[in-house]
Amino acid sequence: MVVTLDAELLDIALRSLRVTLTALVIACAIALPLAAMLAVRRYRWRRATIAVLNALMGLPPVVVGLIVYILLSRSGPLGALGLLFTPTAMIIAQVIIIVPLIASIAHQSLRDLWAEYHDLLISMNVTQSQKVRTLLWDARRALLTAALAGFGRGIGEVGAIMIVGGNIDNVTRVLTTAIALETGKGQFALALALGFILIALAISVNLIIHWMGQTEQESRW
Amino acid sequence: MVSVMFPLVLQAAETSRRGKRLIGPIDLSLEGHGVTVVIGPNGAGKTTLLRLMHGTARLNKGSVQWACDTAKAREAQAFVFQRPVMLRRTVRENLMYPLRLKGARKTDAHARAETAARAVGLEDFLERSAVVLSGGEQQKLAIARALITKPALVFLDEPTSSLDGRATRDIEGILQEAKAAGTRLIMSTHDMGQARRIADDVVFLVNGSVGEQDAASTFFDSPKTEQARAFLRGDIIA
Repeated sequence: MVVTLDAELLDIALRSLRVTLTALVIACAIALPLAAMLAVRRYRWRRATIAVLNALMGLPPVVVGLIVYILLSRSGPLGALGLLFTPTAMIIAQVIIIVPLIASIAHQSLRDLWAEYHDLLISMNVTQSQKVRTLLWDARRALLTAALAGFGRGIGEVGAIMIVGGNIDNVTRVLTTAIALETGKGQFALALALGFILIALAISVNLIIHWMGQTEQESRW
Repeated sequence: MVSVMFPLVLQAAETSRRGKRLIGPIDLSLEGHGVTVVIGPNGAGKTTLLRLMHGTARLNKGSVQWACDTAKAREAQAFVFQRPVMLRRTVRENLMYPLRLKGARKTDAHARAETAARAVGLEDFLERSAVVLSGGEQQKLAIARALITKPALVFLDEPTSSLDGRATRDIEGILQEAKAAGTRLIMSTHDMGQARRIADDVVFLVNGSVGEQDAASTFFDSPKTEQARAFLRGDIIA
């Protein structure tokens, strides 16, 4: 099945990628500007916000899954959208799980860069949005690390997406939920093979992103 | 713009941090031409005075008055720091940055960056990362970046303090050219030789207050206060 690249297996692997990459893009769009704002803005509850964000890095995925399930279930506030047991529900759960992780790691890089740039940008009369854009652009290589950490957490996630996705064949089954299913059925060889595919996928995406971002090409960049 | 901005008048201006007075009360009036050099011993408040005039240090008491609207005056200024701050970009992109902030088109900014780099001898480094340049090259780039938008006034905080003689001479040449082009310069320095070479007038600071303000020739030839005389002799003054 693995050697011949079975169509169903390919479908599961592609679904895993699609769900996690979509969640990653959405999470980056939320987490990176948030991290930059936390770096440049000074307000009363800033330190508390950062502490909460750091604490949310350890958010238990099963609890996230449960909350998203309640929100999306037919009797829940968002039940009318009919998203439960769809890839969209899985994406929502993954976004909630990886936003704090990406924001927290990104914030550390951006905070250091802001300390370096502070005097210059203040003297140039730069607006808040220009500051944010400058930091995000100049720290882009460091931010890749944050994004990759988010991808790693998302692609390997099983608890939340099992609850909100339901592991439905041809609809919401992804590599991690398939591994859990095959393990439960005692099909350890297949589960292990799926595990290798998952690892290969994660490494490939990491390498591609590193290559695209030209990380490590320039010293001190 | 210089003639519209000046005189710059500081009246009983004071800056404090956590209840501790950093400088002031300072009374000072600066006219709109030439090079003003702020000198004084370590801790006299030279950097804070420059920042106060530039508007990046908090004014706790007194006033800092430009002849025009303060926001307009800020727009027409640039600041060069003692330790040059380099954006993690190429030399060209560092030079383009202030132009792009002011809405210049990319092609225009691109061309102006080349002209600015040539003016400070960095034309061969345009595509190189700014952070890997030497200290002298970084300071030249910082000055070129400050001058690229043609500001009416540039503050320079000890721009040559960590540079060797050759780099210092190059930078003084760049500053002389900027002055000749009509840019008003206000800089601090520890280097009395440099102050003598480029100052038109001198502000001598002691313990956060103005000890003396005079034309450079008058100050260096016949300082009025005993503290200034002692400082010029090289004595350690409290």
